[in-house]
Amino acid sequence: MPEPVLEARGLTRRFGALAAAEDISLALRPGECHAVIGPNGAGKSTLVAMLAGEQRPDSGTVLLGGEDVTRLGAAARARLGIARSFQITQLCRGLSVRENVLLAAQGASGRSFGLLRPAGRDPARGGVADAALTAAGLAARAALPAALLSHGEQRQLELAIALAQAPRALLLDEPAAGLGPAETEALAARLGALKGQVAMLLVEHDMDTVFALADRITVLAEGRVIASATPEAIRADRRVREAYLGDVVDG
Amino acid sequence: MRERVAVLAVAVLLIAAPFVLEALDEAFLLSVLTRMLAYALAAAALDLVLGYGGMVSFGHGAFLGTGAYVAGVLLHHRAEATPVIASPFRIGGTAEGLVAWPAAAAASGLLALAIGAVSLRTRGVHFIMITLAFAQMVFFLVLALPQYGGTDGLMVPDRNVLAGFPLRGDAPLYWVALVLVALFLAVARTAMAARFGLALRGARMNERRALALGLPVYRLRLAAFTLSGAVTGLAGAILANQASFVSPDLLSWQRSGELLVMVILGGKGTLFGPVLGAIFLLAAEEELAALTEHWMLILGPALLLLVLFSRGGLWRLVTGRCGDA
Repeated sequence: MPEPVLEARGLTRRFGALAAAEDISLALRPGECHAVIGPNGAGKSTLVAMLAGEQRPDSGTVLLGGEDVTRLGAAARARLGIARSFQITQLCRGLSVRENVLLAAQGASGRSFGLLRPAGRDPARGGVADAALTAAGLAARAALPAALLSHGEQRQLELAIALAQAPRALLLDEPAAGLGPAETEALAARLGALKGQVAMLLVEHDMDTVFALADRITVLAEGRVIASATPEAIRADRRVREAYLGDVVDG
Repeated sequence: MRERVAVLAVAVLLIAAPFVLEALDEAFLLSVLTRMLAYALAAAALDLVLGYGGMVSFGHGAFLGTGAYVAGVLLHHRAEATPVIASPFRIGGTAEGLVAWPAAAAASGLLALAIGAVSLRTRGVHFIMITLAFAQMVFFLVLALPQYGGTDGLMVPDRNVLAGFPLRGDAPLYWVALVLVALFLAVARTAMAARFGLALRGARMNERRALALGLPVYRLRLAAFTLSGAVTGLAGAILANQASFVSPDLLSWQRSGELLVMVILGGKGTLFGPVLGAIFLLAAEEELAALTEHWMLILGPALLLLVLFSRGGLWRLVTGRCGDA
């Protein structure tokens, strides 16, 4: 089996008496789409935050390409190749759509102290940004302020930003949140096109999207991993059906 | 479009001012204008931090005063023919602006680097309070220096010379101030449109996102804060020349507050707005003080109304354009 791109080993995070994450281990392998599912409050967002470096685990380690990055903050991990999208859209709303994506390319390239050339005419980062906008289906909206995008387009922009970071590991925290059926389908198609190119950790509630994309599924409940297997095996798993999937599979 | 016209109009007015005032036999007003330009420079420098970086610095008076004291002290020692520092190596006083002004900017810049390095670890109200606290420390430190006048301030016996040419009369210093303001506006506009500015603005709009993108938010802010402090120090050096006097009042929190008012009044995140804000505020103070000694009673509410009802400040009234949103 290939070496994992990103690996969590025994991640635990407690808020007072509440264990948001309890001994979570999972491995994200090159090019695979690894879905994380579970009911609300299962610890999915906490897991993403610990992988991205926004929250420190109380114990456990995070490995990126085999190196321990547990002690690094979010910005340092982003520069090493972990990109994330947010469940609640996080944009620079006063900047244009293209500027938001330029900023992502800028952060990844580690060159943010340029003083002379207008950022919009930077050829290296401009090329990356335009390619990401096209891949996310937003090329026509490039000049618009991000605040004026529809909700669905803002979710597309989140994806364009993550793509422009050219990450080794892409963490997607409910990318379909708040999208209608047609938009969700378009998003799934875009993510499907990325499969094999970048390792994706997909946290998602929409089961059609999950089962269409995932190579492997990890199920969380009350902060613990209760199953981690192929989609077929997860579908068949009794405990998963009881804890979470029951209505979906039977229906 | 309206923005360009406005910039051009202000530039033409400021360039014509020395000639017009001379013709009207009101040349002494040029000194008042020089003071306005020095404050305009400081306010534009503060806008870099406040408008673009989103850092509410309540300590910029410290940088203004430090720059003024550096220029003043160097002139003072030159007149007394005494060294500023005698050991371990000797640093004498100087009247040369090409030495004294960079020294003023460097001293204020270093101070800003030190204050910023600590303050930028905090956010919001904490940042405001900690910059205020540092500025107060500098204020009391200077008060405790009797050789430089303490609370009485320091008389500055002469003016700086520029590459050996004395800056006699009001016009040369005015031109120096005007060139510095124009240069800084050009440099800052360019930098804010470049990658540095984009990253600084992005970090202000959404810090969480900026960190997730791997932007070096702390270092970006520290760089902006240091540059802003250095330019504010340069403005202080101009003030020392203009007034022939350096008062510890320049370091006070009231001065820091006044700079904030100039930026907000003019329109933050525009660079040009704070220039207008500085000129407008000082002119209003001057005019109203001539009318009544209770001028604050008029100016205060007027500022309040302007800020409440024109959120983009004067620059928005003039150009219709809001600052960096």
